[in-house]
Amino acid sequence: MSETIKIEQSETLGDVSAGSKAWFYTDIVKDHFFNPRNLFKTNEEAEGYQYDGMGMVGSPACGDMMKIWIKVKDDRIQDCKWQTFGCASAIASTSMMSVMISENEGMKVEEAMKLKPMDIVKRLGDLPTRKFHCSVLGDKALRAAINDHYEKTGQKEKVETEKVRMIDHIAKVTDHDIEEAVLEGAVTLEAVQKKTKVGIGNKSCIPEVEQLIRFYKEKFYGND
Amino acid sequence: MEEIYLDHAATTYVREEVLQAMSRYYAEEFGNPGSFHTIGLRAKEALAEARQKIMKLLNAAKEQEIIFTGSGTESINMAIQGIARANKAKGKHIITSKIEHEAVLETCQYLEKQEGFEVTYLDVDKYGQVNPETLKRAIRNDTILISIMYANNEMGTIQKIQELAEIAKQHKVYFHTDACQAGGSLDINVQNLGVDLLTLNGSKIYGPKGVGLLYVRQGVKIHPLIHGGGQENRMRSGTENVPSIIGFAMALELAQAEREQENERLLKLRTKLIDGIKEKVPKIMLNGHPTERLANNANIAILDVEGEAMMLYLNEHGICTSSGSACTSLSLDPSHVILAMGLPYEVAHGTLRFTLGKRTTEEHINKLLEVLPGIVESLRKISPVNLTLEEVQCNE
Repeated sequence: MSETIKIEQSETLGDVSAGSKAWFYTDIVKDHFFNPRNLFKTNEEAEGYQYDGMGMVGSPACGDMMKIWIKVKDDRIQDCKWQTFGCASAIASTSMMSVMISENEGMKVEEAMKLKPMDIVKRLGDLPTRKFHCSVLGDKALRAAINDHYEKTGQKEKVETEKVRMIDHIAKVTDHDIEEAVLEGAVTLEAVQKKTKVGIGNKSCIPEVEQLIRFYKEKFYGND
Repeated sequence: MEEIYLDHAATTYVREEVLQAMSRYYAEEFGNPGSFHTIGLRAKEALAEARQKIMKLLNAAKEQEIIFTGSGTESINMAIQGIARANKAKGKHIITSKIEHEAVLETCQYLEKQEGFEVTYLDVDKYGQVNPETLKRAIRNDTILISIMYANNEMGTIQKIQELAEIAKQHKVYFHTDACQAGGSLDINVQNLGVDLLTLNGSKIYGPKGVGLLYVRQGVKIHPLIHGGGQENRMRSGTENVPSIIGFAMALELAQAEREQENERLLKLRTKLIDGIKEKVPKIMLNGHPTERLANNANIAILDVEGEAMMLYLNEHGICTSSGSACTSLSLDPSHVILAMGLPYEVAHGTLRFTLGKRTTEEHINKLLEVLPGIVESLRKISPVNLTLEEVQCNE
């Protein structure tokens, strides 16, 4: 409870507008939240869905969990279905991502592998800054589904493991570096920054870093 | 669409009669109670009358024991910082609980970090109550203040304040209680409770926002937080907010006069709400104490769905509630109260709080019971999670 509170912030005024804007979702976010796309329509459809890859990330304990099924044809994503446990941002961003990868003739698999949370956020017409972390799981689940597809089709050389994913391109910090830092006892953003310099020159990755710290903290130290 | 407000623990509307009484004191009787002319004196009299009213309600011994402030948060800050600074020669240890309002927790953390105080945050049991034995064990020779809330804002759990205050007294330690959630529905007689300091505010009892009070028992050593013209017996400077203080006193008087009758009415509605949800929504848990809780509070965990999502779907139906999920807080963690009660994270993320009040009717509860099952069903349909009550309960 207490370690997340940063007294130092009180010494400057900080971002006064962040709190007041935090609740205003764009119309696109609202639309995808209240009318999510590409869902299974019935239990039967879910059970009988012939997919080429399935990916799952997160857990209910983290507050977000996503599961994605993809159908691939001629190296393009032909169709996809998903399930999300999470808040409005999480649901809307998964829904938007499902549209982005399957619209028109379907996104190329290699291209889908490179999809970033910011691409989804842009299509949603922005998210409140402190909601960014709710949108960083969808692309991970997608990569897991694509990897699953590669493995099933004997294209193991194309599998990209999450461990080498670059989080901060300026400081060249990967999620593996963050995992290591948490393992060594750094469980706050400040502590991880001291060890890795992540997000110092490139503040845009901080929400994702915070999410990763939470994940690894829970993984290694449990819920306390 | 009719708006159905089930979030009275967040704040309440101002009662019509209170608004009426206040309105005179803005443009007609606008005087400064500190002025020596007739207009000022009339304001002074009105202020004195409000103070007398509150003295009686709290059963305080002296007028000076009532200090009007700008909010519950300010009163809490004054109680904790004021006691800490005035008594640091005796010791620098403070005891509070893990389920307090942020006003208490952040103030304590500030004192720890900036002024070298030590703070013990007491655990609570699975219902959210502080065990008096736990408090006894935490008291040290250098303990100067114990601050435990009367009733919790999220769970409505009521603490054994009399018993806890008695322990403080035996150890000659000051005892403060944050009674903001209790002001409209519980006994606030400070002699019965045995507290040295008590915080109340207007915005939870159908009074105005931006006004609060700190009761400080005569003889308690405390420093003011706000310095200046010496109002409130030099304890809280700044021209008195006469209209709000008048409204606050009147709202408290009305709430206290009606509390038994209103509690009974709210209890019936809450029972209907809880029974209805139990009947219509599978896999739910009632959080907090089954009986020792505010009559208007129901806090429910709904498995496999996230709180903010449910809250926003309810909002589309005009129903206003709140949630303990991380997504409704500023941190990545769900409610500290729910976590302190030992509930697992996966449960904490799916909690909804319903707090009923004066305008809540049976129709409101019916409407909620009509729409909530469908919302839960559709969100569960898109959720990959499928927990069982058994697995989350054995995690406790």
